[in-house]
Amino acid sequence: MQSVIKVTDLHKNYGELHAVDGIDFEINRGECFGLLGPNGAGKTTTVKMLTCALPLSGGDITVEGMSVTKNPRGIKYILGVCPQEINLDPDFSVLKNLIVYSRYFDIPYAEAKKRAEELINRFHLHDKLDRPIEDLSGGLKKRLLMARALINKPKVLILDEPTTGLDPQSRRQIWEEVRGMKNNGLTTLLTTHYIEEAELLCDRLVIIDAGKIVEHGTPKHLIEKHLGGKGNLEDVFLKLTGKHLRDE
Amino acid sequence: MNNACILKNISYRVWHMWRRNIDISLVTWKTNVIPPLIEPVLYILAFGIGLGAYVQKISFDGQYYSYLAFLAPGMIAVGVMFHATFDTMYGAFVRLRYQKTFDAVITTPLSAEDILVGEILSGATKGLFAGAAILLIISLFGLASYPSSLVVLPLSALAGLMFASFGLLFAAMAPYIDNLNLPIFLFINPMFLFSGTFFPLDGMPAWVRLAANLLPLTHLVNITRAATFNRLTPALLWDLLYILILTAAIAYVSIRKMKSRLIK
Repeated sequence: MQSVIKVTDLHKNYGELHAVDGIDFEINRGECFGLLGPNGAGKTTTVKMLTCALPLSGGDITVEGMSVTKNPRGIKYILGVCPQEINLDPDFSVLKNLIVYSRYFDIPYAEAKKRAEELINRFHLHDKLDRPIEDLSGGLKKRLLMARALINKPKVLILDEPTTGLDPQSRRQIWEEVRGMKNNGLTTLLTTHYIEEAELLCDRLVIIDAGKIVEHGTPKHLIEKHLGGKGNLEDVFLKLTGKHLRDE
Repeated sequence: MNNACILKNISYRVWHMWRRNIDISLVTWKTNVIPPLIEPVLYILAFGIGLGAYVQKISFDGQYYSYLAFLAPGMIAVGVMFHATFDTMYGAFVRLRYQKTFDAVITTPLSAEDILVGEILSGATKGLFAGAAILLIISLFGLASYPSSLVVLPLSALAGLMFASFGLLFAAMAPYIDNLNLPIFLFINPMFLFSGTFFPLDGMPAWVRLAANLLPLTHLVNITRAATFNRLTPALLWDLLYILILTAAIAYVSIRKMKSRLIK
């Protein structure tokens, strides 16, 4: 199987703090790969280095053979990034958000408009076409973020906690979309701390804690290995990362 | 990170960021377009006609002018300063801290330098627009000579780059939005009052003139006034040189500083 993303001995240090402390993994073409971990485990830091938004302290990441340190622009052209934080342009309408974002990828206006309209239909945003962002619910904002991440027809989609803070209906709708994209062969990296989400969507995953990988494999394999097939991925997660609270 | 590195990371994509910011201004155009047109009229009424009635003719470069005529070019320079500085100072701060716009754009093919140069360019555009709008108003009052006053347009664009860079630097240095009161209090307001905008510096004590000459606005006022009075002289090239050097220096420092805040 051909790997699209290759992460080798990745490090990120903030002074004494090792936010990411020697992570290795590969993501194969067409798979949905999960990056699981409790809050503060280093998921978003890893994603930021992968999206060329953060310099590496050590190691390397390549996307389609391009290194984040040598060719960040080349990588950024083929990535679709759906961030954890809502960073839509609040002064623009739904449609204008997509059009303005498409310019950053040098997509000509006619093509951008066509793609934006397709995405608006696909993500059920057509009723809100001309509405300002502040009128949208949390679920709609997340859907628009995902639509925005697809405007450049990415080869790799990065979903950083796509369903955090959503109601069950919106969450399910996002899951449907992710599954649909996976069926179309889009390579996806998903970070989450919802274990159910990972179990449902990910072909393979790694569990990270305190900047290190503590386990990797398919959801089924991990349940088999750690719980003898009895239980769910959440039990595996808690067994590996402990039950103490984070962010303290 | 050195100068060459910053230059290497700048591309035509700065215009994507510029256009985004201009598009935002067009969405909220009423609050962006009307103030630059109204403000100078208020100043001209209050200071030029109100205060001016009590002020004798003012001597400038061997000629005598009414107080209103003296004040008008100062208002152009002040307008450029306010609009360019505030655009990046508050705009960039809000985009960095509240709207997270830079976080969104940094994952697209734009580099941090593209984003920040785009910010400076859009701030400068606001400054140029303000300068042009005020020039138009004072021209309607018959207070600008042509064609020499046309120099005001490229000059406002250059000064716009300078003040937008200052604004970006202040935004990069402020931990909280309230901290932005400090550069207004310590930098913008003293310049507004003491850069030869409201009174000529010629009659002032030497130390006052020296202090005023350190302020960038003084040099902008010098050239702007000479242009609207049709009194452009080669000596003004020193003022221009000062503005050029300061613009390059502050643009560089502000981009570096803001980049270190954007990418940790």
